Amino acid sequence: MIDWSLLALDPPGWGGVLLQGLFATLQIAIGGYLLGAVIGIFGALGKLYGGPVTRDLMEVYTTIVRAVPELILILILYYAGTDLLNQLLGLVGWGPVDISGLAAGIFVIGVVQGAYSTEVIRGAIKAIPPGQLEAARAFGFSPATVLRRITIPAMLPYAIPGLANLWLIATKDTALLAVVGFSELTLVTRQAAGTTKSYMLFFLAAGALYLAVTLISNAVIGMVERRSRRGFARPG
Amino acid sequence: MSAVASATAAPDQAPTRRLQTHRVILVLVALALIGMAIAFGRWDWLPRYGPRLWSGLLMTLAMLAGSACLGFLLAVPLGLVQVTGPVWLKVPAQAFCTVIRGTPLLLQLWLLYYGLGSLFPSIPEIRTSFLWPYLREAWPYGLAALTISFAAYEGEVMRGAFAGVPAGELQAARAFGMSRGQTLRRIWLPRALHRALPTLSGETVLQLKSTPLVATITVVDLYGVISRVRQETYLVYEPLLLLAAIYMILTAILVLVFRFFENRIPTRGH
Repeated sequence: MIDWSLLALDPPGWGGVLLQGLFATLQIAIGGYLLGAVIGIFGALGKLYGGPVTRDLMEVYTTIVRAVPELILILILYYAGTDLLNQLLGLVGWGPVDISGLAAGIFVIGVVQGAYSTEVIRGAIKAIPPGQLEAARAFGFSPATVLRRITIPAMLPYAIPGLANLWLIATKDTALLAVVGFSELTLVTRQAAGTTKSYMLFFLAAGALYLAVTLISNAVIGMVERRSRRGFARPG
Repeated sequence: MSAVASATAAPDQAPTRRLQTHRVILVLVALALIGMAIAFGRWDWLPRYGPRLWSGLLMTLAMLAGSACLGFLLAVPLGLVQVTGPVWLKVPAQAFCTVIRGTPLLLQLWLLYYGLGSLFPSIPEIRTSFLWPYLREAWPYGLAALTISFAAYEGEVMRGAFAGVPAGELQAARAFGMSRGQTLRRIWLPRALHRALPTLSGETVLQLKSTPLVATITVVDLYGVISRVRQETYLVYEPLLLLAAIYMILTAILVLVFRFFENRIPTRGH
């Protein structure tokens, strides 16, 4: 009843196409997640130590991104981002370029993730015992050195559960890029299913792939969390 | 607003007046941006699509309310059996939560709509049943996917809430001679619901943000109407910006409503 040969890796089967889609999904998830983490660090620093205008602008950014559906943000950023870039290139005198779907996808996932990581990292920095930062300042560390040597290493244990959760969200948010036509796992699955009419088989196969990513991530996250908490007193 | 200003002003002892001046300027800039969007954008399509936008909004709200209520009703038993149930209920409940939370909602939605939707017509029993007229439409699949997703996420919250009720309270109930059912009804469930309430606001906002996905299976919600506008008018930004603004207003209303109810529930001050 079930035609397993449809999942074969070689061209009559669609297994290879699905794996390519999974690869594209992981690329975007990793790229967007890292971009989001960088935005998050600067966003958190801006919210905590920035001037009043920076703080309000950061607040506007995180509030808007967290209030508008990801699907709509992705559409707006996708069109606005490529449009703006082409207009800028036009001003410089270069012709319009085709922005690769990969770069655009990483950009939009990164901007969305950035708002959430800003909040996670801000909370983590606030959880650092203030004495540690005061001690660093008392030793004459410059603000940049305090950040590099104390703030970032000391906040990581507090930030890891939240950041781990964001990674799981990032892998699933990439599926939304299917709506703007980027060939990640969900879209190629739909194409495969539509071509062969074996909808159940392909959607279940893609679900298994996503689930595998989540479960492997969970195992790795558990290891990282145990490692990051060494030296902490056990709760309770 | 003044409470927020004073709270942010406190740490660096900045004069409150200056803070308010820059806020006024920011608000003016925002208003100018909105004004420019209204003045330079094309909005002549708005009156034509007004009624359709309204029915789309109602569809979005119906999807949100329906899936959140049904999902919550499913979440309570899902959470309960994970804490106290027998193994043959516990393991499936855990597996359900893990699988649903580990795969994208869009994929689940397409699995239900395209997968089940293509299976059902080949089963004669379903074709002759009273459900068939509904199963031929798209919205039951959207509602089902949203409900399942909400149930899985909120079920995990309820599991934590049930597990977090102090054991002493349940032992006290037993000591008063309450049966297991009475303990659940009078002590365990109300206390767990109380603990889960603060997360409900956030989960509901997340659920609102998931609803536009149903437009990908031809349910005409708010996002579906806006997609039609974009296809028919070839406008890129104006409909999307309007849509983002509407969702921001909806989120703000949801947050305010939940805050109102949360403030009415007595809690011990921390």
